[in-house]
Amino acid sequence: MPSVLVSTTINGDAVEYACPQDETLLDSLRDRVGLTGVKEGCGTGDCGACSITLDGRLVCSCLVLGVEANGREITTVEGLSDGDKLHPLQEKFIEHAALQCGICTPGFLIAAKALLDRNPNPTVEEIRYGLAGNLCRCTGYDKIVRAVQAAAKQMRKK
Amino acid sequence: MPQDTSYTHQKFNVIGTRPKRPDGIDKVTGRAKFGADTSAPGQLVGLILRSPHAHATIRKIDTSKAERLKGVKAVLTSADLPDLTDGDRAMLDILENCMARGRALYDGHAVAAVAAIDAQTAKKALKLIKVDYKVLPHVTDVDEAIKPGAPIIQDWVFTAGVEPKPKRPSNISQRTEFGHGDVEAGFAEADVIVERSYKTEQTHQGYIEPHACLASVRPDGSGELWVTTQGHFTFRNICSSLLGMDVAKLKVTASEIGGGFGGKTHVWMEPVALALSRKANRPVKLVMSRDEVFRATGPTCSTSVDVKIGAKKDGTITAATAELRYQNGAFPNIWGMLGAMTSFACYDLKNVKSIGYDILCNRPKVAAYRAPSAPMAAFGVESTMDLVAAEIGMDPVDFRIKNAAKEGTLASYGPTYGPIGIGPTLEAVKNHPHMRARLGKNQGRGMACGFWFNFGGQTCTDLNIGIDGTVTLTVGTVDVGGSRASLSLIAAEELGIPYDQVITNIADTASLGFNDMTEGSRGTFSSGMAAIFAARNAIEVLRKRAAQMWEIPVEAVVWEKGEAKAMGKKHGNLPQLSLKEIAAKAPNTGGPIAGHSEVVADNAGVSFASHICDVEVDPETGATKVIRYTVIQDAGKAIHPDYVEGQFQGGAVQGIGWALNEEYIYGEDGRLQNAGFLDYRMPVCSDIPFIDTQILEIPNPNHPYGVRGVGETSIVPPLAAIGNAVSNAVGVRLSHVPMSPPRILKALVEASGS
Ligand code: FES
Ligand code: FES
Repeated sequence: MPSVLVSTTINGDAVEYACPQDETLLDSLRDRVGLTGVKEGCGTGDCGACSITLDGRLVCSCLVLGVEANGREITTVEGLSDGDKLHPLQEKFIEHAALQCGICTPGFLIAAKALLDRNPNPTVEEIRYGLAGNLCRCTGYDKIVRAVQAAAKQMRKK
Repeated sequence: MPQDTSYTHQKFNVIGTRPKRPDGIDKVTGRAKFGADTSAPGQLVGLILRSPHAHATIRKIDTSKAERLKGVKAVLTSADLPDLTDGDRAMLDILENCMARGRALYDGHAVAAVAAIDAQTAKKALKLIKVDYKVLPHVTDVDEAIKPGAPIIQDWVFTAGVEPKPKRPSNISQRTEFGHGDVEAGFAEADVIVERSYKTEQTHQGYIEPHACLASVRPDGSGELWVTTQGHFTFRNICSSLLGMDVAKLKVTASEIGGGFGGKTHVWMEPVALALSRKANRPVKLVMSRDEVFRATGPTCSTSVDVKIGAKKDGTITAATAELRYQNGAFPNIWGMLGAMTSFACYDLKNVKSIGYDILCNRPKVAAYRAPSAPMAAFGVESTMDLVAAEIGMDPVDFRIKNAAKEGTLASYGPTYGPIGIGPTLEAVKNHPHMRARLGKNQGRGMACGFWFNFGGQTCTDLNIGIDGTVTLTVGTVDVGGSRASLSLIAAEELGIPYDQVITNIADTASLGFNDMTEGSRGTFSSGMAAIFAARNAIEVLRKRAAQMWEIPVEAVVWEKGEAKAMGKKHGNLPQLSLKEIAAKAPNTGGPIAGHSEVVADNAGVSFASHICDVEVDPETGATKVIRYTVIQDAGKAIHPDYVEGQFQGGAVQGIGWALNEEYIYGEDGRLQNAGFLDYRMPVCSDIPFIDTQILEIPNPNHPYGVRGVGETSIVPPLAAIGNAVSNAVGVRLSHVPMSPPRILKALVEASGS
């Protein structure tokens, strides 16, 4: 299958890559653009490790084709911090020990940001359902939920 | 979260604080490199072809078409992996599990592999490999596997541990027995005897990161392996021995690891990746799909367990027995033995006997899973404990307190306990507000106890002091969940300097001596112990250097709060020398300052936990939700309490998944039917409440700071705690895990019908 040239914006920068038509966006991001912060846990849309936003919408990049990113805007975990300033979610995840192994963390951060963009003051239940598409096997979710609560609180202060 | 430190008299400066972990930034920005996150120039993509049959003879593998496909650089079968194990059956088993040798033993067993220039080509090549199978009868159920006439999985396996030695091969690889006293006499004394059988289904560790590695073998026979593993030194030894490489010529680097829980203590495809690289003379990256992870790696045993406990009316247990049948997959191991050892470890019993059977089935080779074998035994024992308590009309917590093991108790598996925490965890349960909270309709509360041995093992650590006084601690145990922070804390404590001044690194196999794996809850325990000794050795050097700088005898120098202090009338007025000042002069006082330590960190200190759980059962559907959960566990000493709590919470939630949902489902055809996260459903955030924790600290006398391993015990009580809670909620006793909605509903219907 011939490769297709894709022009897209990733974390604010214009990026071009060529990929086969049946390649997932996850593979394009990891293998062609070098954004290995986007993780693969399942490849079937069930774990959320590959979460990104596409034109502001939370998606599993393993369920999107690389060619579909043409002309669109992507945010990955690599684009969350503002220069050397970590995003409040990133800070609170470290502070609250919301990661053990850390493989699920990029996906949780992206999903949590999408949640807080929509709902700056979520209840515990809203956080739990908002993050229900992301699997974490290490933490039992306790400290993740607390970190998201803390980040939401800090972000509301600004 | 509460932390009870009243049992210890040691005072600490930084131990027990909760600083940020040093690898945190890399892990929240996507910079951390996990198994699949690295590449090498000219690398090929490796893929593995797997058997679709549960049991089959492989008559022939025709790889010729695949080899001719453009872009294919190597095709591999077991013919490329000659047996170099020299009669070591356990090693041959590892090799055979990596690549079938004439027979496929389970659905998902590797039969061939390819390396090609890209994923598309590699996938095409797999389809071109023709395998001629002769399907054989199979067995996947642990009780079926020991019935007469069941297909024999390994014809070289004769049941060990029985006299006389059997003449015919069997699926029971070994029988083991533990205990003491006279159980028959004990049962005769009992007022009440409860006897019951239990089953648990097979579950997977469920780490989110699939197995991944990058192998590169050079034409001169040396090589490198980058891999997600719990133990790169062990991987190096196994891979080099299976492939006939010199140990020193294979350098293994552990990537960041995306969860292991025991599943990454075994090699699965790393020798295959190295062999492909050797054949193709190019680096090969091999990453498993989730489907492969489920079908061919990891899972823990399915089990079938019979428990019998007798007690007097006053609550004294007079005798207890258990017979435990553990399904090991296609290769023999010691899982049933561990089940038998752990089953009654919480209690002080006069008469006790447990018999473990290890049983082969056409399922993947079973791997360790967090406190391996203990949760299933605890499910049977702790469920029966509640039944006995009910029969004699005693509160289940009081019943356990009355029989709890204590210092001096002869454990059912042999040793005599030192100071242990089972009693205190039970007292803490009794006093916990959770026990007094009101329950609503269809809700019930249960509790259960758990035990795990913990493991110490070989450990080797370097501590180097830089010219500016910052400290590099180099360890060989991978960081599975924040241990870098804990180890930096330990070195900082010992040297008397701030946490930030110590950076902990994980060395590759070429840079440090051998280290056992991060398993058995040993990471922080044993590397921590080695770090303490390395720091103490470095302090010796620091004292010498200070003495040299002052030109006084070293005996007159002590180390206090990060500084050298001159002692005695003669020198006492000398101003202290800080670590930084001594480090700055190192080039002129004898060169680099370092401390090293090689230890076998024995006596890891057994650990106990008691859990409390509230559930709500929907009587219409059988669906069960955990609505409140409390973990109380003895940590010995919590180095970094956040990560101790994290271990408690993570283990509890894995246990909740196991208790309620997770299970390997095999079809009649012996194929795994739910090899994906959609159908093998692990708990998600909305399934689970906050998990409350309470850390107790009953110091381990064998560790300078009193540390015990903390990583595993938390998965032991949940199956039984939830079973007991369900029973209290709806009045039916579930004896089959997972207690999925259909199983609960069936039990409810049966109970209402009778
Ligand atoms: S990798 Fe995309 S959801 Fe799991
Ligand atoms: S921290 Fe390991 S999977 Fe979430």
